[in-house]
Amino acid sequence: MEILELTATALAEQVRSKQLSAVEVARAYLARIAELDPILHAYITVDADGALEAARAIDARLARGEDVGALAGVPIALKDIFVTRGLRTTCGSRILADWVPPYEGMPSARLRAAGAVVLGKANMDEFAMGSSNENSAFGACRNPWDIERVPGGSSGGSAAAVAARLCLGALGTDTGGSIRQPAALCGAVGIKPTYGRVSRYGVIAFASSLDQVGPLARTTEDAAALLEVIAGHDPLDATSLPQPVGRYREACRRGVRGLRIGVPAEYFAAGLDPEIEGAVRAAIDELVGQGAELVEISLPHTKYAIATYYLLCTAEASSNLARYDGVRFGMRAARPQDLGDLYSRTRHDGFGPEVKRRIILGTFALSAGYYDAYYAKGQRVRTLIRQDFSQAFERCDAIVVPTSPITAFKLGERLDDPLQMYLADIYTISCNLAGLPGLSLPCGFSSQGLPIGLQVLGRPLGEEQVFAVAGAYEQAHDWHRRVPEVRR
Amino acid sequence: MKISPEQVQRVGELARLQLSSEETLALAAQLSRLVAHFEQLDELDTSAVEPTSHVLPLACPQRSDVTRPSLARALLLSPAPLHEDGYFVVPKIID
Repeated sequence: MEILELTATALAEQVRSKQLSAVEVARAYLARIAELDPILHAYITVDADGALEAARAIDARLARGEDVGALAGVPIALKDIFVTRGLRTTCGSRILADWVPPYEGMPSARLRAAGAVVLGKANMDEFAMGSSNENSAFGACRNPWDIERVPGGSSGGSAAAVAARLCLGALGTDTGGSIRQPAALCGAVGIKPTYGRVSRYGVIAFASSLDQVGPLARTTEDAAALLEVIAGHDPLDATSLPQPVGRYREACRRGVRGLRIGVPAEYFAAGLDPEIEGAVRAAIDELVGQGAELVEISLPHTKYAIATYYLLCTAEASSNLARYDGVRFGMRAARPQDLGDLYSRTRHDGFGPEVKRRIILGTFALSAGYYDAYYAKGQRVRTLIRQDFSQAFERCDAIVVPTSPITAFKLGERLDDPLQMYLADIYTISCNLAGLPGLSLPCGFSSQGLPIGLQVLGRPLGEEQVFAVAGAYEQAHDWHRRVPEVRR
Repeated sequence: MKISPEQVQRVGELARLQLSSEETLALAAQLSRLVAHFEQLDELDTSAVEPTSHVLPLACPQRSDVTRPSLARALLLSPAPLHEDGYFVVPKIID
């Protein structure tokens, strides 16, 4: 079990110094997957052969004296939204059930170039639409702390795999909380960086003005190490930012003395589980005890964030998902009568209920007669939400709030009521609307033994301050060291 | 605003998405409820607010217009449900 307990940075050091071989590491993780994934279903595709081949190549290069990179031998799960050359990429959808991409996306290419070993493709809500992972066409993923409960979503498989030691780190995507919310519900660390910080080349698009790639890991320092590798400008993504990548690992040890921590009253309102409120307030006290200055702030448009977010993300999704038409890739309906029938029946057969709901909602919000009342209105309110944050950040350096108002809920419990499901995203979506970095890390457990997440938000490109706050809290606690005992 | 099953059908046609009658009925009820929630945005006077076009001040980047090698045609065609002689195949659209 010792291999499975090493952090990514420690493991890479041991592989580089040949105390451990990358093949040994890959075998240890593949054995753990074989044992537990039939229960958890954190993976859609496990690539045992590919992982062992990559691990052997790393060991061979080390034997020749080559430098294999900062993540030498680190076993990784990729959310199945990341395009992988020669390895099936489904995005959790029937419509891509058999798609084997002809190219590799940038985030995974950068991980591989740094020596990471890809174990497989993690489970997710179809096209990243969901907060419970129950919208996967390949079956729900389970929460390792209680298999009757959801892992969160949409990067539920990535978070469950990290928490259950079925990988050492993972990549997810976050459009409205899809990295941070499952990280909170599974007891992992997850960061959504600033919009544009990580290239989205080869990342299947959901809502392009909101989507961002980020890592999930067991510690803030591991998340920082992964982000240092995947962040940075990419000429193949016109929205990627040219600014240099920060020193995230170093920032984790910087401390919070003198940092101003903003706490908005709007994030401690009705609907917040009292146990979560207690844990988050205790975390804020801890940061103040370490020398941070507490600043009360206000984000007055928070209550409009859900409506704004779901108008904009569905409109963008309805446009992005137009490409799944049964012509160039993916499934095609049998015996089409004509081209229109081919399109509309392929999409009827290929998409699940939540994806259909969002396509219809988004197409409605963009359609003639409704555009100004819904889509354009949403873009204006988005400006107000962004202004809330820019005013708040004149008075503070980071904002500390809960990640989710609830802990992991039971499978099926919220499935019949889309609005209830959407409302649970209240604390994560504003960060996407404003393009800010946001990180979730464990800050306690509920009386039922379920993880609680603490969220740290920063200014645009303020990842270093976010890591400083998260790192300072983490070093004073051992929540992140607890390992779930997966029980059937 | 209440959304009728006929409206859902019409939007489904715009989205090239066939919907069964059960799906249409369920979506009409769900969308009515969601749109009613969205209408809380009407409380805000946004007449003087600029809509967001990009979250961060990023100038539209440009690259020089040079040709670069792309993936091979056969490789790009390989995931298609049907292809022939270097083309994607679809049902006949002109008589």
